[in-house]
Amino acid sequence: MEEFTVSQILINLVVAAKWTIILSAIAFIVGGIVGFGIMLMRISSIRWVKWLSLVYIEFFQGTPLLLQLFLAFFGISVVFGINLSPLVAATVALTTFTSSFLADIWRGSIEAIPRGQWEASAALGFGYFKQLRLVILPQAVKLSIAPTVGFLVQVIKGTSLASVIGFAEISRVATQINNVTLKSLLVFSLAGLLYFALCYPLSAWSQRLEQKLTYKA
Amino acid sequence: MGYSFQFSIVWDNLGLLFAGAWLTLKISLLAIAFGLIIGIIGAIFRTSKNKLLDAIALAYVEVIRNTPYLIQLFFIFFGIPNLGIKLTAEQAAILSLAVNFGAYSTEIVRAGVESIPKGQVEAGMALGFKPLAIFRHIILLPALANIYPALVGQVILAVLFTSVVSQIATEDLTFVGDFLNARSFRSFEIYFAISLIYLAIVWLIKAMAFIIERRYFEFAKYRR
Repeated sequence: MEEFTVSQILINLVVAAKWTIILSAIAFIVGGIVGFGIMLMRISSIRWVKWLSLVYIEFFQGTPLLLQLFLAFFGISVVFGINLSPLVAATVALTTFTSSFLADIWRGSIEAIPRGQWEASAALGFGYFKQLRLVILPQAVKLSIAPTVGFLVQVIKGTSLASVIGFAEISRVATQINNVTLKSLLVFSLAGLLYFALCYPLSAWSQRLEQKLTYKA
Repeated sequence: MGYSFQFSIVWDNLGLLFAGAWLTLKISLLAIAFGLIIGIIGAIFRTSKNKLLDAIALAYVEVIRNTPYLIQLFFIFFGIPNLGIKLTAEQAAILSLAVNFGAYSTEIVRAGVESIPKGQVEAGMALGFKPLAIFRHIILLPALANIYPALVGQVILAVLFTSVVSQIATEDLTFVGDFLNARSFRSFEIYFAISLIYLAIVWLIKAMAFIIERRYFEFAKYRR
């Protein structure tokens, strides 16, 4: 049995936290871009476009993230005969997961904008995308910030599952240290503490933003 | 791409998949039931005038909501035996899921309790309702109606979360997938089929929730 001091364990976990943060950032950015596209499809007036986005959202919200990871990591490599690295596979799965939820959150914000705003901007002769860009989105973004920040916490927690396909972030390193030291309570407490340090400020910020919004309304 | 899909691996192992799905349902149901009990107790703490109880419940909620479920599962499965208590994988799975669901439902139940204005209870008393009738018709049912959508959403997330318990070798639906995958390497077919089974379970919950809502919470619609 290997001997690890508390500070050695902590240092290893902090180094691994870098990869948790990187993976979260990539997933959030790529998921955000895809999610925005899905959201546009979702509010489209073209039937089949809307329907397609509904299938996408229903599938990726209705299946476990872990299964999406397995499909990305094992499924893609078997079907297409290419080996995805754990980072790429995790990015693909976290993107489908993130985008399906963000599309719904953002659709909610857009639908909360009164119909009259669309009508008024149409009366001013704005085309669809000009309406969106100049009138609807600036107002909707304000409404969406609090739930979006709140969802970022779900993304960070979601990255822990990437450990299962061998991506060396906090959970993976914690599991490895646990396997050699068997100090399970200590190792997973420290790992939990690191996640808490990443997530709690975001949760608190999201809650504050939400309160500000309700007081104004 | 010369890959030919062969879903026979799925059809040939329907019995195994069914057993896995059954365990997933069983674990979900038990965890949600225990979790709701924790949530109700947590909500009582959160709304109590005793500051210490409130602080304890708040700390519990924040710790659980800001750490990944995987870490909670490992903490309980690998950590608790360090204290000399033996847990089977299934027990650890149910316990950790209940603790997780309890934190989310604490906040949901609390929101429900706080959504009932005091004046409503007083109005009930003024109209001569008996205490039990006040609790049932003026507090419980309206509060449940208010939190119902949030609760259903959390139940669905909890069921999807149960897939993670496969990582401590609980033989749930996802674990069956890993087992079949290791034997056949038909990864895509297996995991896709299992995803669809989860989706079917989610739809079943949504359908049941819709029927319950129509039956018990129809009154809430007219208030809005």
